[in-house]
Amino acid sequence: MIDMSEKIGNVWIFIEQEGGVIADVSLELVCKGRELAKRLGIKAEAVLLGDNVGKCVDTLYHYGCDTVFLAEDKRLEPFTVLPYAKVLIDLIKEHKPNILLFGATLKGRELGPRVASEKLAGLTADCTDLQIDDFDDKVNKQFYKNKLMQIRPAFGGNIIATIVNTWDDPQMVTVREGVMKMDEPDKTRKGTLVKVTPKLSNDDVIVKVMERVREEKEINLKGAQVIVAGGYGVGSKENFKLIYALAEALGGEVGASRAAVDAGWIDHDHQVGQTGVTVRPKLYIACGISGSIQHRAGMDDSKKIIAINTDPGAPIFSVAHYGIVGELNDVIPKMIKAYKAKV
Amino acid sequence: MSYTVIVFVKQVPDTQNITGEAMKPDGTVNRSALPAIFNPEDLNALELALQLKDRYGAKVVVGTMGPPNAAEVLRSSLYRGADECVLLTDRSFAGADTLATSYALSCCANKIGKFDLILCGRQAIDGDTAQVGPQLAEKLKIPQICYIEEVIKLDKKKIVAKRAIEGGYEILESPLPALLTVIDSNVPRPQAARKIMKYKNARTRSELAKDHANANYTDAEQLAVEEEALKQKGLLIYEWSADDVGADKGRTGLAGSPTKVKNIMSVVLTATDTKKIEPSEEGIKNLVHELIDDHTLG
Repeated sequence: MIDMSEKIGNVWIFIEQEGGVIADVSLELVCKGRELAKRLGIKAEAVLLGDNVGKCVDTLYHYGCDTVFLAEDKRLEPFTVLPYAKVLIDLIKEHKPNILLFGATLKGRELGPRVASEKLAGLTADCTDLQIDDFDDKVNKQFYKNKLMQIRPAFGGNIIATIVNTWDDPQMVTVREGVMKMDEPDKTRKGTLVKVTPKLSNDDVIVKVMERVREEKEINLKGAQVIVAGGYGVGSKENFKLIYALAEALGGEVGASRAAVDAGWIDHDHQVGQTGVTVRPKLYIACGISGSIQHRAGMDDSKKIIAINTDPGAPIFSVAHYGIVGELNDVIPKMIKAYKAKV
Repeated sequence: MSYTVIVFVKQVPDTQNITGEAMKPDGTVNRSALPAIFNPEDLNALELALQLKDRYGAKVVVGTMGPPNAAEVLRSSLYRGADECVLLTDRSFAGADTLATSYALSCCANKIGKFDLILCGRQAIDGDTAQVGPQLAEKLKIPQICYIEEVIKLDKKKIVAKRAIEGGYEILESPLPALLTVIDSNVPRPQAARKIMKYKNARTRSELAKDHANANYTDAEQLAVEEEALKQKGLLIYEWSADDVGADKGRTGLAGSPTKVKNIMSVVLTATDTKKIEPSEEGIKNLVHELIDDHTLG
């Protein structure tokens, strides 16, 4: 018997952290990576870079990593792309992972391509689903077994493409935030720590961070059970108060479509959709949102969707469980009143 | 001192404004009905290059890889203030994924010669991958700074720029040459009437040949003479093939692309069972009660 698990590399997840706090998307990918690894009979392994980030290791085991490669160095903090790419490339060449997952964040989307280019590996951006399947390439008369199906929207969200990486490993992807489900951590799980000494030269640290300003996001759309979102039909910044009032009454968060963000009525942190956050709350109330493909891609997995719009032909109604054709100024106060009366 | 700034741009189908006419009866997009436009963030990259030209003095060279009619975005760049343009076009480039594209562009950059900066839009609206910029930087072994909002300072040796990060911004300093990807953070200048007058006759070699063919006229020697005349007047849009830029055809187009498309599904509007709620007190009250009863609302 040949043990296949010795013949192919493992599933790797690039772990993004900020000040020793692991990004949600990385934990989502650990959970997905564990599932893919199980399917292939291989291991899920995390690659964690930074300085003084050892405290993250146990969390990665709890979410399902069998191994954590830990590279710590002062020059890896804060994140800059060149030294990160160098450390990753060295690790890939040594361990030859089969699959490498990045979050499709600003960091992941600048690091992934730099690494893929040097490794001459394929990279698919912004995946919304990953599966394992065979690929029968009839054009080139090649059959590939157990490849990673990299599923992503393209062409402005008007098509969904399944992409396969046919060259040598790793099969690299970036994955959108919030689309993979995060499982409950199991605190009894343990793994193996592999400490890595980064081999960095002066050439890897020629880009210097002179100043860095960031604030933690105050809103947590991904974790919200109820989201009340406003679109261009809200009409003005002033009218967004209605959206806030409904969200507050229902104990939810406020979301927005790109059109409302572009109009300057609300901050980009609230944007739901292809260029914003993907959400799947228990209840999504779309107020004055026409429902472009780009917006629907970010919310159509919500358990219940209510659409309120004056235009009965608005595409949003096609994904809504409840449709209300009417004015926001009329409908929203009635909703608040009905909810307050009942609770 | 004058800088050389290369801007790589792309002509893309306008996927942002898909109207009824662009939809086929089966609910899928009719790509050929979409107008071809200048990729929006590439216009931001060009604008940033032109601002650097205004501030520090620079030669702005705009390049694009695409079919012969992609020369349109190059003329549009001349109308805005670019100095020179290059169309990289070859059948062997067709079907390129981002790795093969960045390889071809790296050959093009090397052929252009010594440069201080390469600017690209962050991403193109047909693919939204944002991969070509960083991959091109790696191919040229130069540093990359992504998501640029503004250039704070440029001198002979280095650039200081502000870029977006999650939840804020960073000021980075990088030696030259470097590659920047630019986000929607400036207002691209319009095409200038004076420049339109000057450059409306700018042509690629293929366009010149097409003009001749339309006049039922072929004469290679005459073509070369006219091409040279255009060049003297600064009206020639350089047209380079894979061989011209020394590209290895095993690394361009489909052959040079590790990723293959297994299948494509169009996103079709499917009607779910939508329950219509009357916007009356009664209708909304019943809806809210239903949601509380099924524990959607607490």
